[in-house]
Formats: sequence, structure tokens, C-alpha cells
Amino acid sequence: MTLAKFPKTLLVIVAEAAIEKKLVHDVRERGAQGWTLTEVSGAGRGSVREGAWEADRTIELKVICDEAVADAIAAHVLATYAPHYSVAMYFSAVAVLRPERF
Amino acid sequence: MPALRYAMIDVVVLFFLLGVFARLVKSDLRLPEALYETLSIYLLLAIGLKGGIELSKQPLAALAPQVAACMALGFAIPFLLYPVGRALRLGGADAAALAAHYGSVSVVTYAVASAALAREGIAHESHAALWVAVMEAPGLVAGILLARWSARRAAAGGGAGEGARSGWGTLAHDVLFGKSVLLLLGGLAIGAVAGEAGTAPIQAVFIDPFKGVLALFLLELGLVAGGRLAEVRRFGAAVLVIGLGAPPLLALAGGAVGVGLGLSTGGVALLATLAASASYIAAPTAMRIAVPQANAALSITAALGITFPFNIVVGIPLYIALAQRWTAA
Repeated sequence: MTLAKFPKTLLVIVAEAAIEKKLVHDVRERGAQGWTLTEVSGAGRGSVREGAWEADRTIELKVICDEAVADAIAAHVLATYAPHYSVAMYFSAVAVLRPERF
Repeated sequence: MPALRYAMIDVVVLFFLLGVFARLVKSDLRLPEALYETLSIYLLLAIGLKGGIELSKQPLAALAPQVAACMALGFAIPFLLYPVGRALRLGGADAAALAAHYGSVSVVTYAVASAALAREGIAHESHAALWVAVMEAPGLVAGILLARWSARRAAAGGGAGEGARSGWGTLAHDVLFGKSVLLLLGGLAIGAVAGEAGTAPIQAVFIDPFKGVLALFLLELGLVAGGRLAEVRRFGAAVLVIGLGAPPLLALAGGAVGVGLGLSTGGVALLATLAASASYIAAPTAMRIAVPQANAALSITAALGITFPFNIVVGIPLYIALAQRWTAA
């Protein structure tokens, strides 16, 4: 048996925890129906973000949605937050079983 | 060791130094995140409770002048520091954000100072936790005002970003209902309502083990501060000058306000310590949101890498000595 699968876009945003609330708000506002948030640590070109204490945390926000919605979110984040905050984003193609949930 | 006693190095400070040492030698020591969170919640609640119990014993109206003076002091500090930062060639946003860190206060520095006072047997106003709670926000507001003023002066237009325009409403919410003020004021309220008798059943958790918990928390802060020490080189002289120079001068201002209010020796020492301390939890978060163009690492390096260690190792004994001199008569 093969399950019916539907293509969607997974957008992953890695950013400073300082903008967590705003990101979640913006993601919902642009049409994403859900999100998953985890705390992460790591390093990038600019700096090491080891999350040693609470003012120094990094989050990973995963959103599965239509490609157009993902693009709109990413464009907004790039324009609004990327100039002053540490932000990394990437897309990947994923398949879901119940497309109406995303 | 009599030498240690003379230098007034409190045992909790030794835990801090152990943390710094562990970090410098690249030890794998690290406190679990959840424990760190638990300890900080405990400390805030315990400090609030202790103050609240005393608050229940006195008329609230008598405290109004103290509250007003503390808030004014916190609000004024960034305006004193901002020009210094600018003179040291910091950008407007950086100078303003850094100044805000010093306008706000460090709860743990306060806790170390009150532990030192207790050990020396110097009495202080036991509702002093109230001062801590009301001094958290005014400095942040002043720092944001300075940042906006300097941005407006620098250019009529320019990429201030959305963060810079985000409303005061969000900021007020985040500061007033943020963890630290909420727990401090909540603890104060619970202590004040329940009083000595009501809180007796929880004394064994919230009052007696306080200093041991503080020691553990300082071990963690030592690890974080030790990591920041390496950053000092990156920012050069400005961070060092402000990190080491601001605390003693601000302590003089805080001490003077304390004497003006007619506080006890311990009270003057605590207010001097609060004025000298720099926030490294509430301020970085608030400034990151309100002044995104400021370099966060610069402020944190000064506040946590330089000023915090300076205050708990060297500063607090100095401020206590200052208070003793100013209130002796």
C-alpha cells in the first residue's frame, strides 16, 4: 500500500531567542497554521552562540506550509530581522499526509 | 585564614571564582540549563519573600520617597553614562544600550552584598528587595530614549528596523511581567500578606538554604563570565574603562542618594551597590528588542565580564566601607 502524499515546503528559521515571540507572530500572520520550536546551540560565521545563559539563547523554528507562504515569511524575516539579528533560514521539500493541516 | 576575612571575600564569591577558573582552563563543567533556571527563579522569589516579610511590619506610605528616589536614580544613570560612552568613541546605539545595562540592576550583585552585610553584622533596611524591583525598569526606559534620540539625531531617515519602532506597550509588558520583576514583586507581595508567621512553614526552603543556592548560582555565573573575559580584547579600551570605572563612580551617586534618604549603614551600602551594578539578564533581552542595532556582545561583556566580577570581588567591600564612613557621625 502506498500512502497518498502531498508536497509542502519546510522552512527552518534559526534565530536569536530575543525575537522568538515576534517570529511566531509573523509566521502565523502570514498564513502558517502551525510551527515547532526548539532551543538549539551552535556557531555561524559571525559568532558562537552556545546559549550559556538566558540572554544568549538560540531557537530553531520549523514551519511546514505552502511554498508561497514560506517565501512570504522568509522575505519578511530577511527584510525585518536579518539586518540586526543573527538569523539563518533554509527550505526543503517535504511530503505530508494531511495537506489541509498545513 | 584571617587575611581572607579581612578582605571580606565572602564564601559565595569563591564559588564564582571557581566558575571563572573552570572556564579559563576549559573544563567541561556546565550546569544543566534547567537547574540554572530553577536557581534563578528560587533566588528571585526568596529575595522577594524576605523583603516582603519585613514589608508587612511597616506602613507602606513611608516607603514612597525611597521608591521614588530609587527609580529616579536608575533613570538618571544612563544619562550620566551615555556621554562617557560617546566620548570613548562608541556609536550612539551602543552607548545607549550599554548605559541602559548600568541603569538597570543586577539582582545577584544585590544578593552578594546583602550576604556580605549579614556576615559583617551590619543592619540594613530589610525591605531593600523593593528597591531592586523598582530599579529594574527605569534605566531600560532611559536607555531606549537615548537610543531613539541619538538615532533621530544621526539621520532623519535610515534603517532603524522594525525593532526600533516597536511599541512601548510591548516593552512595558516584557519588563513588568518579565520573570525577574514578576517574581520579585510576587515574592514581596506574598511575604507581605503572609507575614512572619504565615511564611514560617516555607522558611526551611526559601530562607535558610538561600546562601547555598546563591553559591551554586554564582558558580554558573562564573562559567558564563569567564567565557566573556576572552571577549574583552575584542572591544578594547572603552569596555574596560566603563566596566571598571563606572561602578565606583555610580556607587558614590547611589551612596549619596542613600545618605540623603537617611538610610542605615547597610541601606546606603546596598543602594550604592545597586547603583554600581549592571543588569545582565533583563537589560540584554530588553535592549536586543528595543535597540537591535546596538552590539549586544559589547554591553554583555562590560556588564557580565567586567563589572559583575569587579563588584562582587572588589566593589562590595569598598561600598560597605564607604557606607560606614558616610553614616558614621
